[in-house]
Parts: sequence; structure tokens; C-alpha cells
Amino acid sequence: MTLPFIVFFVCAFLAVLGAVTLILAREPIHSALALILVMVSLAVLYLLLGAEFIAAVQIIVYAGAIMVLFVFVIMLLNAGVEERTDYSKLAKYAGLPLGMFLLLALAHWMAHSLIGQQIANGVGGTNAAVSTRELSAQLFQKYLFPFEATSILILIAILGALVLAKKDE
Amino acid sequence: MDFITQHPVLVVSLAKIVGLMFLLMTTLAYLSWFERKVIAHIQSRWGPYYVGAHGLLQPLADGVKFLFKEDLTPPGADRFVYILAPVLALTLALTTLALIPFGPPSVQWLGESTLIVANSSIGLMFVFAITSMGVYGVALAGWSSNSKYPLLGGLRSSAQMISYEVSLTLAVVGVVLLSGTLNFNEMIAGQSGYYYRFIPRWNVGPQIVGFLCYFMSAIAETNRAPFDLPEGETELVGGFHTEYSSFKFAMFFMAEYANMITVSCLATILFFGGWLSPFPDSWTFMRYLPPAGLLALAVYLAYDAAVLVRGIARIQLIVVTTGALVIGLACLHPVVLSIIQGPFWFLLKVGLIMFFYVWTRATLPRMRYDQLMSFGWKFLLPVSLANLVITALVKVWPLLVNHG
Repeated sequence: MTLPFIVFFVCAFLAVLGAVTLILAREPIHSALALILVMVSLAVLYLLLGAEFIAAVQIIVYAGAIMVLFVFVIMLLNAGVEERTDYSKLAKYAGLPLGMFLLLALAHWMAHSLIGQQIANGVGGTNAAVSTRELSAQLFQKYLFPFEATSILILIAILGALVLAKKDE
Repeated sequence: MDFITQHPVLVVSLAKIVGLMFLLMTTLAYLSWFERKVIAHIQSRWGPYYVGAHGLLQPLADGVKFLFKEDLTPPGADRFVYILAPVLALTLALTTLALIPFGPPSVQWLGESTLIVANSSIGLMFVFAITSMGVYGVALAGWSSNSKYPLLGGLRSSAQMISYEVSLTLAVVGVVLLSGTLNFNEMIAGQSGYYYRFIPRWNVGPQIVGFLCYFMSAIAETNRAPFDLPEGETELVGGFHTEYSSFKFAMFFMAEYANMITVSCLATILFFGGWLSPFPDSWTFMRYLPPAGLLALAVYLAYDAAVLVRGIARIQLIVVTTGALVIGLACLHPVVLSIIQGPFWFLLKVGLIMFFYVWTRATLPRMRYDQLMSFGWKFLLPVSLANLVITALVKVWPLLVNHG
């Protein structure tokens, strides 16, 4: 049992724990905190795979910016404990088996595909860290069009939010 | 012994973490003494004076007081989040210090660089990643207290921290463009050399606007005067930590000081050449500045002990004097002298920036909330953005000219 393996299982457990808590928690802030836990654990998993830059960006963008706004809005609205209805029958009889099936299918695919084997090897062995320079070269040369298209998409979203917020005037 | 030689990274890292934590905790305690003393002297007072010589035992007394005070939890508070908030604030504030290089990477033990805990290739990104999560401590503390003033204070300070984080990051990107790396040690190495053989080539020269933007946003980011609205007593009692008492309050207090240290370290690394000496290598006598300073301190303390101070404080002063004398003499040894150079200049620069921090607090009145927000968004953000664009243009200008 090597050290990366132990770190992997701890973080994987924390990520799953956070995901389950996110759904089950009744207080909105607790759900937000659980989501932050998931994101930070994912960042550590990225670190294990040698993707330092992606890990830092994951924390800065998701945990540091988006979730801060979530928490901020929950605080501002002073959202109370959510009310529960009776659980829907559809979820119980159709959702549960389908979810199980999806989980099993994913596990099967992971175990047999090439990527899955690469990931399994990567966690155990040492992975060379990808330098930020290489990453940015790829981003601004090979993937320039998708990169710029995404930025325009985000700009449109920001403008849309502004238009909606200014509706009254 | 086998274990140590087989796992040098683990052993050295643990040793470094323990050492750094010990030094950091002592520094955090004595920073409160430093701040009170400096502010007192600026305001023509003595400051802490009675607990130990020059009030040197005051931090210890404060620590004991914090430990033994009653720990209150307001009724209706969310207990888990209420405890989590100070823990999160302090942990995140301390974690950033692991990425700070206190000296050149050439100082090594068991093949591992000793004066930095984690020499990440993207140190700057990680510092920003961790500090960007620092908002949670404040926001959650305000929310979980189940009380009006903390909620308002928490909302205010998280809005302030989010707003100033933008200009803080933008101000730093200019330096990243200049040095072309995100690793701290490479950034510092890139600032070596001198103009006219004696003016150091630090980034603060070309990036003076960036530095001013950085420093102003940093003060707001760490919730210090004149931007310390989160704890504006007249409006909000104590802000987000109104309901906190005893050691949980102390943790917020320590987190604030740890954040100040981080911000000052970053300023030193990015703009003031980190562990580089401000004097050229040819001025060899400058290498003896650390022992000379310590010996001068010992002489001053000895004079104090002999003439001014009486009683137990005198014994204490004698102990401190001997300590300064022994360390000063040890620094004269050539090996120690070469190791001590990097940390000495780094800590001296950080100390000066901390002094500037405290000086600002003692001098400037608190800003109003709307002034704070319009200053951040309408002045700091455009200026730091313009600084970034101009730096980028200067950087690519040769490329553009050659292509045209």
C-alpha cells in the first residue's frame, strides 16, 4: 500500500461522503459545504494524477469563486431548512435500479477500458507533472477555437444575467 | 536510521512542517505585542510594559487568558459550522505559509531543500487557491452565530474580500508576465542583478503601479485598517466574530495575523526580490549585518538590564541578552553565516512590510462602506487591469515589431 494509494482512497471516500451529504442535508449551507468538500477532494485527486495547474484552477474557480457566491446568496436570502415531501414512488422503483445499473456499467467500463487501466496505473506509479507552459501552449495553439468560443459563451451568460437583473428599469 | 534514508522527502517535510509551525505560532503571538508596541509609540504611549521586561511576556499572558475564558456558544447556533469556521480560517491561513520560500533552494538537508516546505512549480497559483477559500471562515462564522450583527458583518466582509480578490490577483499577474513563471524560487532568481551595479533589479521598479494596487487590495483582503469594516465597532459591534469567545476568538485573531504574514511574504517575493540581498556581492561586509545587528541588540538589552529595569524583568532581560549574544556569535561562523543570509534578508523585508501595515493602521481612519466598494471596483480594478495590459504590451512589443 503506497502513500499515493492511501491518499487516493481517503480523498475518494471524502468525495463520495460529500456527494451523499449534499443530497441528504436539510440545511442549504450544509449542502453547500458538502459540495465544497467534493470539489477540494477532486482537486487532490487531480494533484495525484500530476495535474497541478488543473488542481489549483479547480480550487480557485469552483471552491473559491462559485461556491463562495452560493454560500453568499444562501446567507443573503437567509434560506431556511428545506421542507421534505414524501419521497416519490417513481424514484424508489425506477430510479434506484437504474442508478445501480449506471454505477455497475461505469465500473465495468472503467475496469476494461484502456483509460481505466491507465488511471489505475497512474494512481500507483509516479506521474510526471504537466508543466503550465505545455498546457497553455496546447490551450492557445491546438485548442484555441474551443477556448475562445467558451469565453464568448461565458460572456453571453454574464450579459444575460445583467439583462435579467436590470429588467425593472 | 533506515527509515530516514529511505524516505527523505517524508522525514524532511515533516521536520520542516514542525519547525515552521513552532516558529509561526511564536511569531503570531509576538506580532500582537509588536503591533501594540508600534501603535502605542505612534500615539505617544508606552504600550504593554508591566508583564515582563518591555511587556515581553504579554503574549504569554494573553494566551493563558484566552485558554481559560469561558467558551460560549449562542443558543440556536449551528454547532458544527460554528466550530468549523474558526478552524477553517486558521488552517487555511497557516497552510499558505508552506509554499513560501524563506531562503535559496541551495540550502539543503538529505538532498531536500530546507527553507521551503513545498516547492511547487505553480506556488503562486496554490497560494491564491488557498487564500480564495479563506472567505469561508468569515462567511460561515457570520452565518452560524445565529445573531444579527455577525450575519451583517460576515456578509459585509465576504463581499469585501470577494471584491478585492479580483484586483489583488490582477495586480500580481503583471509580475507573472515579467518573470514568465509561477514558481517562487524562479521568480526570485529572475530578480537578481543590479542597475548601475548597486540598485537591485527588483520587480517593484517596473511594476510600481502593480505593487501599490497589490498592497492596497491586500490590506482590504486581510480586513485591516483602513479597510477593517468587518469589525467596525460603531456599526457592527465585533463583526463576524461578535459571538466568539475564548480560544475560538483567538483562532480568528491568529488567522488574521497569519494572513498578514502571508500577504507580506508574497509582496516580498513578487516585488522585493525575496531572499536576495539588496546589496551587490562585492560589498562583502554586508554579509556580517545579521550578527552585527544581533550583537548591537544584545548591547542595548544589556544596557537596559544594567540601568533601567529592576526585579524579575531584569533576570528575564539577562536571559534574552545572553540568547542574542550566543546566536549573534554563532552567526559569525562561516557556515552559519552563509546559511543565514537568505532567511535574514527575507524576514527583514517581511518585517518592514509588516511595520508598514501597522503604521497604516495607526495613521488612517476607517473608510465608509460605499467608499470602500467604489474604491475597489471603480479605481483599483481599472488601474490594475490597465497595468496588466501595459505590461503585456511591453512584453510582446519586440515580437510585434519584428513581425511587422
